[in-house]
Amino acid sequence: MNNPQLDKDGNLRHLLSIEGLPKRILNQILDTAESFVGVAEREVKKVPLLRGKTVCNLFFENSTRTRTTFEIAAKRLSADVISLNVSTSSQSKGETILDTVDNLIAMHADMFVVRHAQSGAAHLIARHVPPHIHVVNAGDGRHSHPTQGLLDVFTIRKYKPDLHNLRIAIVGDVLHSRVARSEIHALTTLGVPEVRVIAPKTLLPAQVEKLGVHVFHDMEEGLKDVDVVMMLRLQNERMSGAMLPSTQEYFKTYGLTQEKLKLAKPDAIVMHPGPMNRGVEIDSTVADGKQSVILPQVTYGIAIRMAVMAILAGGSPASQAGGA
Amino acid sequence: MTTNHSNITPSQLPDAEGLLKVLAQKLEPLLQENTALVGIHSGGVWLMQRLLALLDDTIARHAIEHGTLDVSFYRDDYAQRGLKAENRPSQIPFEVDNKHIILIDDVFYTGRTTRAAMNELFDYGRPASITLVALVNRGGRELPIAPQIVAAEIPLQASQHLQLIQQTDGTLAFQLD
Repeated sequence: MNNPQLDKDGNLRHLLSIEGLPKRILNQILDTAESFVGVAEREVKKVPLLRGKTVCNLFFENSTRTRTTFEIAAKRLSADVISLNVSTSSQSKGETILDTVDNLIAMHADMFVVRHAQSGAAHLIARHVPPHIHVVNAGDGRHSHPTQGLLDVFTIRKYKPDLHNLRIAIVGDVLHSRVARSEIHALTTLGVPEVRVIAPKTLLPAQVEKLGVHVFHDMEEGLKDVDVVMMLRLQNERMSGAMLPSTQEYFKTYGLTQEKLKLAKPDAIVMHPGPMNRGVEIDSTVADGKQSVILPQVTYGIAIRMAVMAILAGGSPASQAGGA
Repeated sequence: MTTNHSNITPSQLPDAEGLLKVLAQKLEPLLQENTALVGIHSGGVWLMQRLLALLDDTIARHAIEHGTLDVSFYRDDYAQRGLKAENRPSQIPFEVDNKHIILIDDVFYTGRTTRAAMNELFDYGRPASITLVALVNRGGRELPIAPQIVAAEIPLQASQHLQLIQQTDGTLAFQLD
């Protein structure tokens, strides 16, 4: 099967989704990110890897946090960064995505970080660009958000290094979440034995069990003895029609409170990909509580994005030469 | 010891453990207040660990700190070779500013690793000085950089590849391919 993410030697060429990435590549990204965490703690928070390269953030859909962390990551790698909010520029004048991309390639862009409301947008660009240009998917529709999935796994690994002994619960709007899918794939690929999803039937995709997860509709049951609670954002803006009675009702049943958290293991960590709806999917006392690792997730997100871009932009390790 | 670039066979290689002791003797006078040791992954770190043990009295007397560098993010061949699959975090748990840094590498060859290591060190601060220490200088430098202290000069052909390995019992040995 032709995997557009890998080159013929099996090295990462584009990062489009976690699906289809071998364990070897996932571990390479996670291990490399480990080295980048330390860079942010130094006097000079920069390494020269991407000096002279131009990274284009193509955001066809708004996402301040993701765009900012990609921007910081590219800058810490010494790249030149251009962030385009395309929804407000040429697209509104009728230019197609690929025309926009071609124009940026003519300006010698080396890498595209793409966010789009349409599933498959990053794939489309990856298929279009010449071989020396790399594409990173920063979220496409309901489909995938691989760096978010990776940073969540990285955060879990930081706090709970033995992935083979974990019970992880993903709670909330799985149906509209591109993060949940990426995550479930990464976690199962890396050998997490038990991944649970906890959500009302209306917020679960059809045949979700096929992803290899255990399905719960009851928080009390689903949270019992888990090591990690990953809350998802209730995606109000993606919701059309009445899938839920009200947000208050949702909070009562599926919102994470201190009381419900007590059902998990005492040392369980609480995660959220942000932005949070306080009082809807998560109570403020939990979000700001001592089990919360929500802000470390943001910090680690930069290290993960640095790792992905550094692995993509380098030459192929297949052409080894000497020199010590 | 050979003086010209010659074809050394593996059986002619010196004993790494013997050279380690020579290096420790040469290094000891440099260990003073305000000195810190920095090993370059992987061989330089193994070497540093052994030197820390061999010179523990002196190290403790002067409260000498140590750290490690993985120069992957500073290599000049990144555009050709990319990142190695396995890289480790650099760990410099002390203030670099105004320290006399002793940089430790196993085999000195082109000088490119040293250049990368110096660039990385300067991103931690401004050291008072940097001294380069290597177990072996194998000849073939490509930059105006040379080790100040080595245990042996072993000039090799460019086709030969000399590396330090750590054996299962923790002792060091050379491997020549």
